[in-house]
Amino acid sequence: MSAVRIEIDKGRCVGAGMCALTAPDVFTQDDDGLSEILPGRAETAAGQAAVKEAVRACPVGAVSLADGEE
Amino acid sequence: MNRSAVSRLSDSSAPSASSAPANSSDAPASFGSIRSLDAPGSPSVSFPQDRGCPYHPPASYAPLRTEGPLTRVALYDGRPVWAVTGHALARELLSDPRLSTDRTMPGFPAPSERFDVIRKRTVALLGVDDPEHNAQRRMLIPSFSLKRIASLRPSVRRTVDRLLDAMEREGPPAELVGAFALPVPSMVICALLGVPYADHELFEDCSRRLLRGPGAADVERARDELEAYLGELIDRKRTDPGEGLLDELIHRDRPEGPLERAELVSFALILLVAGHETTANMISLGTFTLLNHPEQLRALRSGRTTTAVVVEELLRFLSIADGLLRVATEDIEVAGATIRAGEGVVVATSLINRDEDAFAGPDTLDWERSARHHVAFGFGVHQCLGQNLARAELEIALDGLFSRFPGLRLAAPADEIPFKPGDTLQGMVELPVAW
Repeated sequence: MSAVRIEIDKGRCVGAGMCALTAPDVFTQDDDGLSEILPGRAETAAGQAAVKEAVRACPVGAVSLADGEE
Repeated sequence: MNRSAVSRLSDSSAPSASSAPANSSDAPASFGSIRSLDAPGSPSVSFPQDRGCPYHPPASYAPLRTEGPLTRVALYDGRPVWAVTGHALARELLSDPRLSTDRTMPGFPAPSERFDVIRKRTVALLGVDDPEHNAQRRMLIPSFSLKRIASLRPSVRRTVDRLLDAMEREGPPAELVGAFALPVPSMVICALLGVPYADHELFEDCSRRLLRGPGAADVERARDELEAYLGELIDRKRTDPGEGLLDELIHRDRPEGPLERAELVSFALILLVAGHETTANMISLGTFTLLNHPEQLRALRSGRTTTAVVVEELLRFLSIADGLLRVATEDIEVAGATIRAGEGVVVATSLINRDEDAFAGPDTLDWERSARHHVAFGFGVHQCLGQNLARAELEIALDGLFSRFPGLRLAAPADEIPFKPGDTLQGMVELPVAW
């Protein structure tokens, strides 16, 4: 299994909510309206098609898939 | 000022991309091809132009699709600017911090004389660059989160139901813009902001004059009137607080101190205007479009698709906010050309959302496609703050309307119903319906 994980750059996030709209069982928004990953989903959901779509949908490139090898 | 729908309402009146050899499927638009875009001379296509059919981009934009993804257009006063017409390039450029949205900068493109008159007066959020923009946006993000919008859905539904009740009581025919399309988002944004809906005639009138005329001379007066109204409202709220977002902003505890009156007015103005005009146009034009596509409407009514899917495809197909405006602050080498510092750029969303490379069969309204990567709400840091409120309102409004009146139909010939001119948000001026 690859060690790919989902990452969110909260510094870039503009609260559009596209990730939570596209993959609601992976992403949510915190009290500040910024995106975050639901507990335990950063690795387990990384292979989902909806997550790839969420990466593409983010208007500011705040959602990415990163190699977890470090 | 108002346009009437012309005779061709079929999908064949869309500017065709497929008929043009330069954009055929075996020769996709290439960013690498160098063209003489810097050559002097006036561009042959002016932007914006009135639509021939309210739900298609003007047929006269067809050359822009084949010349794209980056080409030149002439503004209302003949000034040449860059036009972005390709989906991938639009995403790239709308994410580029070297393109500014500060309309007071020299070289910023003006799509109308009206805009030229008012552009020296800044607008919060959409007229401000980062980092100032980011600070403004972050104050507002929590109020437009998906959770917050989900909690507003029941009250949006009640608003929709009340307006439909009134239409039903009055009986057919009805004028849908005044009876439904405008009051739904007006009431919703009033409740969200804490603006009394009783004042709707004043702010709707000012918004209309700001966005559409009657002419350039009146725009500053409309802006003054709206700012004066919102300033007085904010003053009243300081001593007599309500429960809206404006009240929350007035009384918010911030390390840097409370927001100044001018900032509050600026926020109120953009949120109020953007919060009702846009969605009103989507409801009226979305309804008109569905009534002109009986096959697609049947699929919605029979449950073969969901309203959420329909809304997303309508957002793509209609692209009511066509022509996002930017100015380059540095030279940008892109798509085989150089956008020089100080040159204007218009991002033609109506063409980008019909880019064949991003959407198969783009001129067809198709519930089967995944349309969510459209740029109807823009892209980059300025992507619409209220997009999920808009989605919720559109879903609930269209759902409510077509369930309440299964026999809804146009009460006038489609080609006689007036729609808005090209230099503003696209939508219907009036929409006579019966059931």
